Amino acid sequence: MSDLFKSSSSPADMASRKEALMDSVRSEVALANAQELINKTNEKCYLKCVPKPGTSLSSSEQTCLSRCLDRYMEAFNICSRAYIGRINKERSGSQFQ
Amino acid sequence: MADKFDEATQKELNTFLETAQAQARLQSTISTLTSTCWDKCITGTPSTRFSRGEESCLANCVERFLDTSIYLVGRLEEQRNQAGASS
Repeated sequence: MSDLFKSSSSPADMASRKEALMDSVRSEVALANAQELINKTNEKCYLKCVPKPGTSLSSSEQTCLSRCLDRYMEAFNICSRAYIGRINKERSGSQFQ
Repeated sequence: MADKFDEATQKELNTFLETAQAQARLQSTISTLTSTCWDKCITGTPSTRFSRGEESCLANCVERFLDTSIYLVGRLEEQRNQAGASS
């Protein structure tokens, strides 16, 4: 990271600063995406699986939570496929109009 | 202070950032859609797999949400045109 702010201007150095910048943007986006998905899953699965919070998570609640986690990820993929498919369809349709 | 990037690199970075932003927007749209459609379609306790109904409900939910958006924009345009014609 300190490479990012070093003052020197050889082309190779600039290229490596550029790569470092791109990498940090990439990982920030990936982190934000993961965080968003985790927060949503937590919210949805808590609602579904822990209707009456007790003094600890019961084993049936834990089973429900891990199933819910898998299903939420699957739902995300289904929605993603449907949305991207639709975008592609609209896009190729408008080319011929 | 770091040296400035040369022009070509700045251009490349601009393109890269625009793409990254577009991807982030796409991700966030899909996240919102998933949340909305999960609430609509998944009513029971999550099991080891989706039922056929749940799976097609999710896909339909995304498609109809987009249809709704297109329909409503069309209605608003119609109303605006009518208002423009009568005044």
